[in-house]
Amino acid sequence: MSVADAKGPASASEPLLRIRDLKVGFSSHGKTLPAVRGLDVELSKGEVLGIVGESGSGKSLGMLASLGLQARNAVVSGSVVFKGQELIGRPRRDMRALRGSEISMIFQDPLSSLNPVMTVGDQIREALLLHTKSMTKAQATARVLELLQLVAIPQPDRRINQYPHEFSGGMRQRVMIAMAIANNPELLVADEPTTALDVTVQAQIMRMLRDLKEKLGLALILITHDLGVVAGHADRVAVIYAGLVIEEAEVRELFANPRHPYTRGLIASIPKLTASKDKLYSIPGAPPMLGALPEGCAFHPRCSFAQDVCRKVAPATIELGRHRASCHFAETLPPWGESARAAQSEEPAHG
Amino acid sequence: MPLSSVQASSPARLRLPEWASPAFLVGGVVVLFWLVATLFPTWLAPYDPLKLAGRRLQAPNASYLLGTDALGRDVLSRTIHGAQHSLPIALLVVVSAVVIGSAAGAISGYRGGIIGAAIMRLVDITLSFPPILLAMAVAASLGPGLGNAAIAMVVVWWPVYARLMRAQVLEVREREHVEAAVAAGAGHFRILTKHILPLCWTPILISATMDLGQVILLAASLSFIGLGATPPTPEWGAMISDGATFFYSWWIAFGPGMAILTAVLGFNFIGDGLRDYFDPRSSK
Repeated sequence: MSVADAKGPASASEPLLRIRDLKVGFSSHGKTLPAVRGLDVELSKGEVLGIVGESGSGKSLGMLASLGLQARNAVVSGSVVFKGQELIGRPRRDMRALRGSEISMIFQDPLSSLNPVMTVGDQIREALLLHTKSMTKAQATARVLELLQLVAIPQPDRRINQYPHEFSGGMRQRVMIAMAIANNPELLVADEPTTALDVTVQAQIMRMLRDLKEKLGLALILITHDLGVVAGHADRVAVIYAGLVIEEAEVRELFANPRHPYTRGLIASIPKLTASKDKLYSIPGAPPMLGALPEGCAFHPRCSFAQDVCRKVAPATIELGRHRASCHFAETLPPWGESARAAQSEEPAHG
Repeated sequence: MPLSSVQASSPARLRLPEWASPAFLVGGVVVLFWLVATLFPTWLAPYDPLKLAGRRLQAPNASYLLGTDALGRDVLSRTIHGAQHSLPIALLVVVSAVVIGSAAGAISGYRGGIIGAAIMRLVDITLSFPPILLAMAVAASLGPGLGNAAIAMVVVWWPVYARLMRAQVLEVREREHVEAAVAAGAGHFRILTKHILPLCWTPILISATMDLGQVILLAASLSFIGLGATPPTPEWGAMISDGATFFYSWWIAFGPGMAILTAVLGFNFIGDGLRDYFDPRSSK
């Protein structure tokens, strides 16, 4: 909350990225399956936005689609405004020029995201030369060494001529980051950047991303299913369920006072080292199938608070200051505290 | 210790590099021999392949190791000189087929859609003919001559590589580093040439090596039925054809027959060796 107050009005006026009602569907046998059903997010300069959701909730898909990276059979509609320019419907050539220069991505699996038959140096050099045609090869090499130093890879002059298989997992992710920041982007989209890494390396990579964010002043979108990563590193969090943002708030506010039962379920599902239970809590049921979304609120079949209205009417987004949630009972849910969390965790998992 | 005893049991064995399997070595020696015969036939051949060397239809003897043919030419010399016609043609045909087929397959696999489907239907149609029949039809319509036979063989052979390449591209296209390259702003041409194709060559290389032998055989077949080399070119298939009219002078066909057998086997052995080396699943 204090973070919000510190830079509240200035950041609210001119967002770097504004996604409005972004929809992504897949045509299949004449029907359109909605995977993302109307994503609304905003991101200011220098901000870290965590996007959280289960596998298949549409969190990666939505971000990829806003960069024009959707699959061939996907249908995209809505609005994505980056620095005042609409991205949806822009020609492919323009999008290509934008990707890797002003907006960069890093992916989940650093081994398979690097070309196995190109040296690491060549790959970073390629990222540079793709967007700065005037750069000479010597200039590019100098910049590659600088970048490798920036992401703390030891002996960059030796490493530059090595292939990805000669790097460890954490080092590969550093290379990916070096490629992503090569052209000084303003927005970095990290799609589960630490999922394939072990915990200590995860912490190193996350710390580095934060340092780079400070140094280069870039905004960061952190797509993840790891609430721990979000809690430690994001300024603001958007929780996605079945292709919709169901709750969004400052990170501390979200964890202290979640207003959507799904968010509460997610937080209650975090295993605690001190708990002595045999069985871990999980949200009952499974996420809905793309083609068979339930009527009303998409979460109602799994929700312990569900009433008749939830089964019939899709909830509107309720704004509670800078906190918004899509639940009929967002304002009336019982207060959330250690006791409520414990109580929810006590419920038998009937999944 | 069991470990040291294992190590001690094979010190006498010759240490070969990993790629040098027995098959690869045998194939290599045979192919090397034919390579020398192609480049420097006069080093190996005792007589001029086109001139009368002695009495006609002599059985193999000390001065004519493989005998003489119906015109009194030395069969051994003609067989050795024959490499000059078979090997470069085979190489030319395979390289052309690889280039054309890979390009078509890569476009088909990467682009997909109507163009991709059209290319693959063309491949299906071509492959549905027995290769020798289609090659005969094309060669016959172009007229005799080794050059026309080569064109006919390229027409028959490119679809094989188109299929191979398409399958490879379809698989590599979905890998994450390709997506990462797209996300970095790379264009289609760069993605295809730098991020996809370099990972697709292994099966093409193996298949091409083996096909060298097959193409030698096909070229000989076309010459045998008179659609390839014209007399007096000492081409292996044409020589066997000559020998067929003098059935009891078996040695006329024996020389070129052995040449085809060894050349085909040699390339197949090398191809086998390459496959064992590149594909970890297929080796011991």
